[in-house]
Parts: sequence; structure tokens; C-alpha cells
Amino acid sequence: MYNYSEFDETFVRARVAEFRGQVERRISGALTEEEFKPLRLKNGLYLQLHAYMLRVAIPYGTLNSRQMRQLAMIADRWDKGYGHFTTRQNVQFNWPGLGDVPDILDALADVSMHAIQTSGNCIRNVTADHFAGAASDECEDPRPTAELLRQWSTDHPEFQYLPRKFKIAVTGSRADRAVTRAHDIGLRLITSEEEETGYQVLVGGGLGRTPMIAKIIRPFLPRQHLLPYIEAILRVYNLSGRRDNKYKARIKILVHETGLDELRSRIEAEFERRLADFAGVDQGVVAAIEEAFAAPAFVARPNNRHLDRLDADSNYREWVRTSLARHKRPDYGIVTVSLKRVGGTPGDATSVQMTALADLAEKYSHDELRVSHEQNIILPHVSRADIPAVYDGLRAAGLASANVGLISDIIACPGMDYCALATARSIPVAQDIARRFDELGLEKEIGPMKIKISGCINACGHHHVGHIGILGLDRAGVENYQITLGGDATDKAAIGRRAGPGFSAEALLPALERLVDRYLVERQDGSESFIDCYRRVGEAPFKSALYPGATQRRTRFRRRKRA
Amino acid sequence: MNSIIVRDDGFHEDELSEAVFTSLETLKTGVEVPVYLHLENDEDPACLPLYFCWLRLIRIPFPDFADGRGFSLASAIRRLGYQGCLRARGHLIADQYRQARQSGFDEVEIGKGLAARQPERQWLVQLANNPGSYQDRLFGKRPVPAAPKSGHLRPELSPSSAGMPTV
Repeated sequence: MYNYSEFDETFVRARVAEFRGQVERRISGALTEEEFKPLRLKNGLYLQLHAYMLRVAIPYGTLNSRQMRQLAMIADRWDKGYGHFTTRQNVQFNWPGLGDVPDILDALADVSMHAIQTSGNCIRNVTADHFAGAASDECEDPRPTAELLRQWSTDHPEFQYLPRKFKIAVTGSRADRAVTRAHDIGLRLITSEEEETGYQVLVGGGLGRTPMIAKIIRPFLPRQHLLPYIEAILRVYNLSGRRDNKYKARIKILVHETGLDELRSRIEAEFERRLADFAGVDQGVVAAIEEAFAAPAFVARPNNRHLDRLDADSNYREWVRTSLARHKRPDYGIVTVSLKRVGGTPGDATSVQMTALADLAEKYSHDELRVSHEQNIILPHVSRADIPAVYDGLRAAGLASANVGLISDIIACPGMDYCALATARSIPVAQDIARRFDELGLEKEIGPMKIKISGCINACGHHHVGHIGILGLDRAGVENYQITLGGDATDKAAIGRRAGPGFSAEALLPALERLVDRYLVERQDGSESFIDCYRRVGEAPFKSALYPGATQRRTRFRRRKRA
Repeated sequence: MNSIIVRDDGFHEDELSEAVFTSLETLKTGVEVPVYLHLENDEDPACLPLYFCWLRLIRIPFPDFADGRGFSLASAIRRLGYQGCLRARGHLIADQYRQARQSGFDEVEIGKGLAARQPERQWLVQLANNPGSYQDRLFGKRPVPAAPKSGHLRPELSPSSAGMPTV
């Protein structure tokens, strides 16, 4: 794992001192609220519906037990005893006082953490595959790239006041667990025909009001040209991205309005100019980064206990089936810890749970934890010999829900319970869905299913890429939920299609039940997942399940119109 | 005199308050004496190298402190090889002074109202507290010149040649 260099330490401490001064100058009136806003946002501090919210960066979602324990301490000391893990692999504290924030930032710096650029119109926390360094299908660990980008983008003087926020994700695997195609820039580590490693560069993806799948702007970028090329993209975006309308300010709109080919030629021209005075990246810094992500010292041990438990304990078997992923070493496994307890808030963990996770990681996962964009926690390197012990530890902490990847493993934005932008509730909707399918006992039968819920059009809950997406809107003061179908966040990325008119909060759950029932009827057998079934049979049967009786009427209407 | 010029050694009166600034359009039609250029933040600087020897100073406006085009423009102009004086003008706040200097600006022109609300000390502390930059660590110190100014400044008002350690 990456440990702070002396420079990182000095930089982060100076930044905390600077922010402390900015808070004082805001209070004295030297800074107006308008001027203070981007400064606090760059330090992770939002003003939410009820209070300030502090978003802490967990770069590329990787942290160690000491850092997790410190998050627990902060939750206890300055917040209400819990934290919320987010779709950008960050953690949010929902109730800090403005005056306490500099102290919280100092406490983060004590364990090599910060909240820099987790918000604001700048380059945000760089995300990466949460199975990085552990996945069996990986060509290369994406985290050294992500760390290099973190350093390069931190306080970059040119790119602190962009037209809008800017998100970069990196993956080293074919299975796109980092959702690179929904980012402003997506980077995929690939090997060229000449066996050289480099990047496929995608640009212009994003969800929000205008969801778009990123397009390939460079099929192959040699590794050593990463920073000059990214800098060229950012410079072109900073100079020509729209600033007249914040909803049209993301780079995806620039790609759309300018055209991919024209934008590519501008970026290439800027890249050529940048290369002229580019002498390479300091190799000492690069080497230190790469060394930091060397694989841990794995130990081969017999896994009899795991096998015996699989035979003897059906709950264990069920949990292993959903929570254990293949590790690059056959005698190890990747454990996903569900933060989606039925009836709980998706992504929330109490300080006691955070401490339990830290203890388990220290003891059984080479001191590493990950936060996934699906708002779960990963123990990336668990010897199969230790999996029973991890399971027992998680059970004791109330963290052994066997629902990873199932219908109750829902991504939900904070919605109207916390967010000032929200137009509808999303957490209670997620809770109702989880409870209902738990009562029906159907979850296991339904199998893999991604439901994603956003409480407004800004799409923080990623509903566009849910197999079933739910978008909560306000219709004349009443919550109304639109359903989209067929979205996909993986390497087969797709934007879901709106099924039809929205549902009231009361009608939503019965509609989802009809939808799921129809899937169970339509599928070929138990091995065909919802999304595969949807792709095979198309949207018609699902629409007729959602709107019984409506299909015929609408057909008649269309015919009449044509005549 | 309605403006204050911020440099690394503090606040100054604006020696150019009476000066006439030329637009890019006029510059392109040809000039016969050295000029002060006002470049809008949506204009393309690519043609500037042709005219570098005629430029005594380039001024770039900041209509709003949240509009960061000027930072990229300054950086682009430096990369094109401009060694003369670059001035940022308009709504920049003290907290942006370091970014302005690191992007290639030599000085910032602000209104007297802002200067009263954010006095000299708040700008200079930006340099004093500078921990260094990640970009310099990664790329080495950039070859952005801090050397010969185009001569609009009285010698005693020239920015200290030491300048920002990171530029």
C-alpha cells in the first residue's frame, strides 16, 4: 500500500493549515460565502439539507486498518457514530460542525488521509477497480496509475477552476468493475500487439441528466505519455468546455457538441505541443509508487476448515456463494462485505463495524481494505484457510448479509433524507425493496440483479446503469418514481431505457414485484440472469408486466395516429 | 487610480492605468510600436509567437474567480515561449495567487474594494506557506521564464527576480 512520502505529509499539513485560515477568514468576512464555497468544496466540505457534510477521499478505494480505525474514531468524536461509504469509493460524515472540520482534517492527516478535491469543479478522487491487485483477470494493477494521477491532479494550478467536476477511473481488468465508461476519462490498461503496456483512453462518459457512454479517443497510449496526454485533454476542456450552463458543462457535452474527431484533433495538437517540453516523469517518484503496490507476502496454507464448513453449514455456504470472488492465487479469496443489511441504509457502517472490519483486515487480509463503488467493503487478500474466521467475525459485527450482487444489494444516493438537491427519497425505497423480497424469500431464486436508485435527475445513485434503475422525481409535490430497464455498468456498459410513466411511492413496490415475477416466468432456466433474459426477450414482456392493460391501448392509439 | 497590482513583494499602484491596450484583432492587422495586449479568455493564443517581440505585456481578464480559463491560457502562452510580463486582471481572490503564479502569471490586477477586503498580507501568505507542488516533483521545475520583463516597469517596481520558488 502507498504510504505518504515526506512531501505528501508536508503538503497535506500545509493544506489543513490553509483551510483553517480560510474558515477564520470566512468568519471574519474577508471571504464572501460565494468565494468561500469553492475553497471548502475543494476540501470536501458540502452544505447539505440539515448540516455540513465532509467527504473524505479514499484514493482508489484502498485503505489500511489504521486508517479505518481513525475513520471510526472521527465518527465517534465529531459525528454521530457512523459513516457513509459512497459510489466514488469515498466516505462521508453527515454531521460535522464547521469549526471542527480543520481538526478532523488534521486527524485524517495523522493517518495519511485527506479530503482534498472530493468536491468542486476540479479533478476528483481518482477511482479504480476495487479488486485491484487481487483479481484473477487482471493484466496489471491499476493503482500505481491512479496514484500517479492523484499526485499530478492534486492542487494542479491550471485545473482548479474547471467548467465542472471531472472524474477519472482506471481499470486493469477486462471485467470493468470501475465503470470506466461512465467517467469523464476512463483508462483501461491494455497490452499492444508489440507486447507493450499502455492505455486505452475513453472520454466523455457520465450519468447525470444527460447519460452518455464514454467513447474511445485514443485506442493505445504508451504508458510514459499518460500525464502529457491527460493534461492535453484537461487543457482543451478547461478552455473550451461550456460555462454558460452548469448542466451542459461536463466534457461529455463538449464531445457531443464538438464531435469526437474534431475534439481528438484539438487534443492531439495540444498533446504534441506539450510533448515538446516534456522530459518524462521523475523516475524516482514512479519507482516509489510502483514499489508501494507490490503484492503482499502470500502464504500457502491448507484450506480444510473452509471445505469442512462448506459441507456442514448452509448459511456459510450461502454467504460464500455471494461474497467470495476468485483471487489471482487459487488458495486465496476476495471477500466482499455487504453494507446492505436488509432494512439498513445502503453504504452505512457504524464505528463499531468499522473497527471490526479494521481488525479483520489486519488479521486476515494483509492489512488491506477496499471500498467498492457499489458501496460495499472488500477484504482483498484472504487465505482460504481464514475464510471461516472472517465469516464468524463479520457475523458478530452484523456484517454477514449474504446478498452481494442480489436484489437487495442496492446502490442508493442519500436522497431527500440528507441531500439538498434531492426531489424524492431513495434510502427508504431501497429499504422497502430489500425487506419485501426478503419476506417473499425470493432473493436467492432471482439471482444476480442490480437495482440502483437516484433521488433526483443528477443520478448519484447511478440508476441509468442499473439492470433496474429507479429515478425519484417530484411531480407537483408528490414523489414519483420512473423505472428504467436494461442498464449495465460493466464492460457491456449500457444506459437503461425508460419503461414508461412513473409510479407513486405506494405503487412502486407492487410494480417491481410484477417485473420480477415476469422475469421468473420468462427466463430459460435458473442460470439466465435478469439482464441476460432482458437482452434475449426484449423490453415488451417487462413493459406489459409493469403496465398491465396499457399495451393494447397504446397500440390502438398509435395506429389511429398513423391513419 | 482604481486598481491595485499584486506582485510577490506586495501591493503596488498600477503604472499602466493610463496605458492603451490593443486587442488581438488589431494586433493581427499589424503594429509598428511595442504594445500592451488585452487577450480575451476565449481567444486562441496560437498566433502570438509571431508578435512576441512587439508585446510589452499581455493582460488576461478573469470575469469571475470561478472561471479558470485564464490559468490554462497563461500556461499555454508560456509553453508557446512567451517570456514577457503576463498580467491577470479582474476577480481573482488571494487564495488563487499561488495558482496564478504557478500557471505563468507575473502579477494580478485587482479592484480597490477587493484589495481592502483581502489586504496584502492575505496574498503574500500564499507564497510563504507554499509547500511546493506535486507537478514540480513529477516534472522537475518547469522552464517557464521569470527573466527579462518587457520594460513597462520602473526598475524599483520589478517583481523580485527570485519570484516564486516553483515557477
